[in-house]
Amino acid sequence: MSDSARRQIAGRAIPIPGNDIDTDRIIPARFLKTVTNEGLGLHAFEDARKHDPEHPFNQKAYEGASVLVAGMNFGCGSSREHAPESLKQWGIKAIVGGSFAEIFFGNCTMLGIPCLSISQDDVLWLQRAVGRDPKQTVTVDVERQEVRAGDRVIRARVPDGARNQLVSGAWNATGVLLDAGDAIEATAGRLPYVKGF
Amino acid sequence: MASTLLDRVWDAHTVRTLPSGQTQLLIGLHLIHEVTSPQAFQALKELALPVRMPGRTFATLDHIIPTTAQQRPFADEVAEEMAVHLTRNSQQSGVSFFGLDSGRQGIVHVIGPELGLTQPGMTIACGDSHTATHGAVGAIAFGIGTSQVRDVLATQCLAMAKPKLRQVRVDGALSRGVYAKDVILAIIRALGVNGGVGYAYEYAGPVVDRMTMEERLTLCNMSIEGGARSGYVNPDQTTFDYLRGRPYAPQGAAFDRAVTWWKSMASDANATYDDVKRLDGSAIPPMVTWGINPGQSVGVGERIPAPESAPEPERATYREGLAHMGFEAGQPIAGARIDVVFIGSCTNSRISDLRVAAAVARGNRVAKGVRAIVVPGSQMVAKAAEAEGLHEVFREAGFEWRNAGCSMCLGMNDDKLRGREMSASTSNRNFIGRQGSPTGRTLLMSPAMAAAAALNGAVTDVREMLR
Ligand code: SF4
Repeated sequence: MSDSARRQIAGRAIPIPGNDIDTDRIIPARFLKTVTNEGLGLHAFEDARKHDPEHPFNQKAYEGASVLVAGMNFGCGSSREHAPESLKQWGIKAIVGGSFAEIFFGNCTMLGIPCLSISQDDVLWLQRAVGRDPKQTVTVDVERQEVRAGDRVIRARVPDGARNQLVSGAWNATGVLLDAGDAIEATAGRLPYVKGF
Repeated sequence: MASTLLDRVWDAHTVRTLPSGQTQLLIGLHLIHEVTSPQAFQALKELALPVRMPGRTFATLDHIIPTTAQQRPFADEVAEEMAVHLTRNSQQSGVSFFGLDSGRQGIVHVIGPELGLTQPGMTIACGDSHTATHGAVGAIAFGIGTSQVRDVLATQCLAMAKPKLRQVRVDGALSRGVYAKDVILAIIRALGVNGGVGYAYEYAGPVVDRMTMEERLTLCNMSIEGGARSGYVNPDQTTFDYLRGRPYAPQGAAFDRAVTWWKSMASDANATYDDVKRLDGSAIPPMVTWGINPGQSVGVGERIPAPESAPEPERATYREGLAHMGFEAGQPIAGARIDVVFIGSCTNSRISDLRVAAAVARGNRVAKGVRAIVVPGSQMVAKAAEAEGLHEVFREAGFEWRNAGCSMCLGMNDDKLRGREMSASTSNRNFIGRQGSPTGRTLLMSPAMAAAAALNGAVTDVREMLR
């Protein structure tokens, strides 16, 4: 098993209640004014945290959490990878949610952060359970597509392509894509708009 | 067997099937800008890899540039640094760069089509979620993140799963004062902000067939706001007429050969879809958002809905929307006071948008206390507008006429809302904080409606002014 394989992640969890949490909310655009990824973790949910002292990212109880529990359509909006990058730098290693916006999901996968979908009822249950006992361990099992908390086993889903990438450790796609070699130029050469009409 | 444009483009660009089951998809056109590319170029450097196909990669500056004083260095040091990085990365890797002195700079989703870079049958990627815009000409275009920008730079490919395909048909005919922006807001309201997750949208039906290319660009632009990563319109005569003569479009006899291929890529009339949704275009009124996502909208004559009227899982977001906006359920949206008007963004900053807004503004005055700015989508749009005297119409009416860029769509330059200001905006996102102030408020609408809001200082049914 390579270091990059993401079969199972276990740790404390942090709930982010609500649906349609967009990437502007996760990291406001002014923090995208940078040519590096340095320090993005400090600004995760910055405006939401300022606005709401009770925001989970402000609460001591959730410090050190590595599993984020979100609602529906998490990460909608802008394609900024700065959003998952900021969560990653904050310490998030896996996200469990009702559903994910597609670009955000892809960006997380590219950073080796598994995103698992569970039912809305399970989201509410898990968020409450974590709220009651922030110290408990939540296990995100990518390979078996389940989330375990206490004695509860929650059925989860990760689409096959992403699951295979994460479990095998091939989520950093560059190397895999490069392996195609000349087939890339060959495919391009068959396209009329590349050859010239 | 009958096929769709999605099938045909996908097949033509498939390099191979990856071990993960995904497709290794060749990207025919890669557009880059200053915000999502520097980290990707840095990663490439660390991997000691060159840009694989610099000739298929084009760069421009749009997100961070000031729209007032543009002399270099920019007053904002970080903006300057980002511009320097993009210029240098483009030069060093042989990528064409449309900078401020090129006469072709502008919002990436405006310049691609207007330069004829964007063509039917292509796959197009850009590190920006509104890349679906380019689907208006019959391309499969999607937004990607920075790691994927790195992959496309290094390999000209992406690892992708083929989306399902939903046809969204708009029947009937639009009434006067109703535009493509209203159509897409109505679609998102009907299908939900995440209704399109996992799908590409094929927009079709009589209303779409009759749309101009610029209207189709507005329509496809907001596909992502409905959750669909790409959206397209099949290429037709409108498409070919639009592309003919554009700088990067095929010229002369090659253009006619291109048309033959473009036509062959369109969906068959008897193609089947994973899903079909229909809307009656005749019933769509001018739309205005009242909340904090683009699905929270009403017709201008309607009242803001109560959370209880929404399905249970959406009620919390409804309540959050009302609280942030300072609206009461049941309040009519018409009459909501406006502090700022922004006409611009990749959704609505093309010449036809500016013409419509100018026609409303002509001979009138922006209401006292309202700050109104018009930001053309590109230098070419600005030039065309100035040739028609639209800038004078706007200035005489009290609007500011700016240089091309993303501007107040996302507030990465000085164009920002202040405090709780309420803006009438032709952009595509009303997320909390989107226009640069964490407490700022955004109402999305068409350029005609935004111009009308500027003149009255409040949300107004533009149809009353067009009579
Ligand atoms: S205008 Fe707005 S939505 Fe469009 S590319 Fe610029 S920032 Fe993104």
